[in-house]
Amino acid sequence: MSELPGDLLYTRDHEWLRREDDGSVTIGITDHAQHALGDLVYVELPEVGQVVSEAGEMAVVESVKAASDVYAPISGEIVEVNDELADDPEKINSDPYGDGWIVRMEPSDGIDEDALLSPDDYQEFIDELDD
Amino acid sequence: MGSRTPLYDKHVAANARIVDFGGWDMPLHYGSQKEEHHAVRQHAGVFDVSHMTIVDLSGARVREFLQYLVANDVTKLKDHGKALYTCMLNADGGVIDDLIVYLMSDTDYRLIVNAATREKDLAWIRKQAADFDVAVVERDELGMLAVQGPKARELAAGCIDARYRDAALALKPFTGLQAGDTFIARTGYTGEDGWEICVPAVDAPGVWDCLLAAGVVPCGLGARDTLRLEAAMNLYGADMDESVSPLEAGLNWTVAWEPADRNFIGRKALEAQRAKADNRRFVGLLLEDRGVLRNHQKVVVDGFGEGEITSGGFSPTIDRSIALARLPAGDYDRAKVDVRGKLLNVRIVKTPFVRNGEVRIDTVGEKQ
Repeated sequence: MSELPGDLLYTRDHEWLRREDDGSVTIGITDHAQHALGDLVYVELPEVGQVVSEAGEMAVVESVKAASDVYAPISGEIVEVNDELADDPEKINSDPYGDGWIVRMEPSDGIDEDALLSPDDYQEFIDELDD
Repeated sequence: MGSRTPLYDKHVAANARIVDFGGWDMPLHYGSQKEEHHAVRQHAGVFDVSHMTIVDLSGARVREFLQYLVANDVTKLKDHGKALYTCMLNADGGVIDDLIVYLMSDTDYRLIVNAATREKDLAWIRKQAADFDVAVVERDELGMLAVQGPKARELAAGCIDARYRDAALALKPFTGLQAGDTFIARTGYTGEDGWEICVPAVDAPGVWDCLLAAGVVPCGLGARDTLRLEAAMNLYGADMDESVSPLEAGLNWTVAWEPADRNFIGRKALEAQRAKADNRRFVGLLLEDRGVLRNHQKVVVDGFGEGEITSGGFSPTIDRSIALARLPAGDYDRAKVDVRGKLLNVRIVKTPFVRNGEVRIDTVGEKQ
């Protein structure tokens, strides 16, 4: 499996977060997650403007195999969704950290870094899952 | 660790994602289930189906026995090698399993039954066989490969004994041939042309390597499921089981009512059910809205009641979600499915959805 991007934060639900310069946070699912799900065929996105709270359901990704919830890793407002996933959900498979991003959020309470995983910690987490 | 087929090491070498399937360690896919699916529709793919159970029956009264054991009529099989799809029922008309019966000789038949139902099938067959002096032999020393797709036979021909090649290529659909210690049949579970090949376990890896070298794409159980769903071929345990009769599983065509005096197990129950007007329908569904239909989702038909999706998923060929469903009796052609709390629109369509590489249902004029 490819190396994890070093500039992201991660969750135990296999999501990644990128802090943008304007204070917003871009969120997607990790390469490990897309690999486990298999070919994605449908993504249900939230509405722009929707307010979500941490650990609440935010999106649904469906692969050939099954549907999986994507939980909000932080609380905040959805300010942008990746509309291109509607026609091309496989972008998540081919480029999970780039074109396969899912939403951008404006955090309401900032980011609790202690609740999230660094690249090294996430790598360790998935290594243990694979054992 | 589960049971392993003779091709387990080949799957690992091909980077398979291995999953448990009825106690067997089987390949789910080798990277992309969708690409494997398309390979079978457009080119050729090979599936390891060695987990399936091969049972040989022999004896002077074996035909009489099978006429009692299964709902279809094996006397339809006139020529050696011919195959018949049928259900094996319990006394209530419920499906114990679905299977293929091959006529091998006047006193020998071969059954291919599901892997997940192996033990109960063998016990049931042996119990019923006792009164007919029929020998029941499981052939677990055989491996089985399914080569499927428009190019399958052409590419696989080079991987079988040259002495039998012409005869194998001349096989008609649903017919098989004993070629030395290999059995080749023009059958499958994908809606495409192809062969299912039974070989001694020791020879299976060599056949596998030969097929891959010929350009045949290794395909896992994931693609096998989406292919058979598009072809509207039932899956035992999902579309029917012991609580459902073939009449409510779209399998009426596999029940041979004539001759009327043939007494097969479950016949009385089926006849009583056939006389009723409120049997549930078994239909194909096309999702008109965005989303994915899944097994066990509730189907709501206004004015008629509720039913259930028995097999649902995404169709890579149609690029839409499709399903098989058991619904209330009645004359209607639309319904709604409860998909994660939302009622989505589905249209009832004539199956198969896809056959021989072509979409068979009308999807024109609808947006996804």
